[in-house]
Amino acid sequence: MNFFKESRKFLFLSLLIYVVLKSVFSLGIVSQYIEQITLYAFIVILASLGLNVIYGYTGQFSLGHAAFYGLGAYVSAYLTRVFGIEGVLGFLPAIVVSGVVTGAVGYVIGIPVLKLRDDFLAIATLGLGTLFKVILDNSDKITDILGGSRGFVGIPRITNLELTLSVMVFLILVTRNIIFSRYGLFWRCIKNDELAAVSIGIDTARMKLMAFSFGCALAGVAGALYAHLYTFLHPSNFDILKSIDFLIIVIIGGMGSITGTIYAGLIWVGVIEGLRILLPTDMLDLRWVLIPLFLIILMMWRPYGLITKTSRWGRS
Amino acid sequence: MEVLGYICDQCINGLQLGAVYALIALGYTMVYGVLRLINFAHGDIFMLGAFIAYYFIAKLSIPIYFVFVITMVLTGCAGFIIEKVAYKPLRKAPRISLLITAVGVSLFLEYFLSLKAIFTPDYIGFPRPFEVTAYDLGLFSITNVQLLIFAVTGAALTGVYYLVYRTKQGKAMRAVSYDEEVASLMGINIDRTISFTFVVGASLAGVGGILYGIAYPQINVFMGVMPGIKSFIAAVLGGIGIIHGAVLGGFIIGLSEVFVSAFLSSTFRDGVIFIILFVVLLLKPSGIFGKRIEKV
Repeated sequence: MNFFKESRKFLFLSLLIYVVLKSVFSLGIVSQYIEQITLYAFIVILASLGLNVIYGYTGQFSLGHAAFYGLGAYVSAYLTRVFGIEGVLGFLPAIVVSGVVTGAVGYVIGIPVLKLRDDFLAIATLGLGTLFKVILDNSDKITDILGGSRGFVGIPRITNLELTLSVMVFLILVTRNIIFSRYGLFWRCIKNDELAAVSIGIDTARMKLMAFSFGCALAGVAGALYAHLYTFLHPSNFDILKSIDFLIIVIIGGMGSITGTIYAGLIWVGVIEGLRILLPTDMLDLRWVLIPLFLIILMMWRPYGLITKTSRWGRS
Repeated sequence: MEVLGYICDQCINGLQLGAVYALIALGYTMVYGVLRLINFAHGDIFMLGAFIAYYFIAKLSIPIYFVFVITMVLTGCAGFIIEKVAYKPLRKAPRISLLITAVGVSLFLEYFLSLKAIFTPDYIGFPRPFEVTAYDLGLFSITNVQLLIFAVTGAALTGVYYLVYRTKQGKAMRAVSYDEEVASLMGINIDRTISFTFVVGASLAGVGGILYGIAYPQINVFMGVMPGIKSFIAAVLGGIGIIHGAVLGGFIIGLSEVFVSAFLSSTFRDGVIFIILFVVLLLKPSGIFGKRIEKV
């Protein structure tokens, strides 16, 4: 099995994590809240991994990642509501469909948008995020279930530890294998020097599109898991701040580092939710004063990311 | 007749909004010209301008023309400080780092002001310094607020034009935006030129903030986000780095926003603006007045 080669350690580790988490959860040592946060951290890692493929590996700066995350969430929630899915078996196809739909939408949008570079790509993807939010706010005009600006309610809670962990581990392995394949090499070529990549015969437009739609699909799957963890969706959950969340994780973890993204996702969700517990409610807004400050200092100190230790797992 | 009058009224409203966008877009376009940076914090300087004016009008009741001067000076200082503290250390860093820093500065300004201890996240009423009177001109009517906005925008525009095309400092700005390295070889102080551009751009945004506050008398710490992005779109639409392009773009964006709100639905307003952005970026990325077809 080539697929699992060199990843036995990772699989073993995830199994260990599963056993530990499962026993902790079922013994009732931690509250339901902590349990939810843990699953949420895995979901965030998955979505950030998508952004890392787009930005960290291929160098395409996207500020609209939350739109794809939201798209996946809405597609999956809509499917489970329409077909009345309640169990994990029915949910799996819904996850796959939302991943495929998100990837396809990313592909179609990417064809024109990825021609832009740097700042202009940033502003276009930012616009995409806003456009998506406008559509969501008006989505009750399409069908009533989507709820528009009132929010999407009544989504069954299906996401559980086994599902989240196995989907995450599977997709991390897929991503890792793509990164180590020819395509991953092309992506990193494009990131380092697009002109040089063209000159050695890489079809940069196709490669950028591939990376973009793959990254979007990862966000879509993460969104599907998110929708069925929190059972309520609101357009404001998928605005620019959410995109910045993912961006910060990618930057902290180091661009083009899968392990970095995993650590950074865990740390980030831990810090954000930890501050929610530690800070009194009226000081909660202080988080968004400290986060940008942290971001600015980080950019001055380490413009290429915080965790920059070389790792076997595909650092560019 | 009735419909025509309605359309004319909406035109005036659109021009009013467009004039404010044009003022903000001028700063964007100038900063982009010299630094190649989308200064996301620019929209928040606009917000800062409205808040400074609020403070001086409501709390200290200082006459309006004086408020303009104070606000311009203070927002200019804010622009100067932001450039020196946040952007200057990153002059040699990758451009994306600069962009992320700009997003960070923008978020910081918003959430810092929204803290209960500093200010408030709620909407507050902006005190109008004078009574609004409408002058009926037959087909449409125009208010003194709108006249003020047009007059101030016109004056600012003339000032900027004079500054950029007739003064030595403006020549330096154009030289830096054309080629930074060669400009520095010619003895132009790059740092000073960039700082100067930031100060001018920020004080224009401050003026825009006061006008916006007078026209739409509700201010909020997050009010700068959307006008900021839309003004940037206006700058792109007119051709980024081109001064009259920014103004024309501002008017186009203002008019389309008002017309979409009036004839379609106000919820589609932001969506339409971004569709305009996509169309411009895809068909003519250099903007309406852009000469070089530059692959962006």
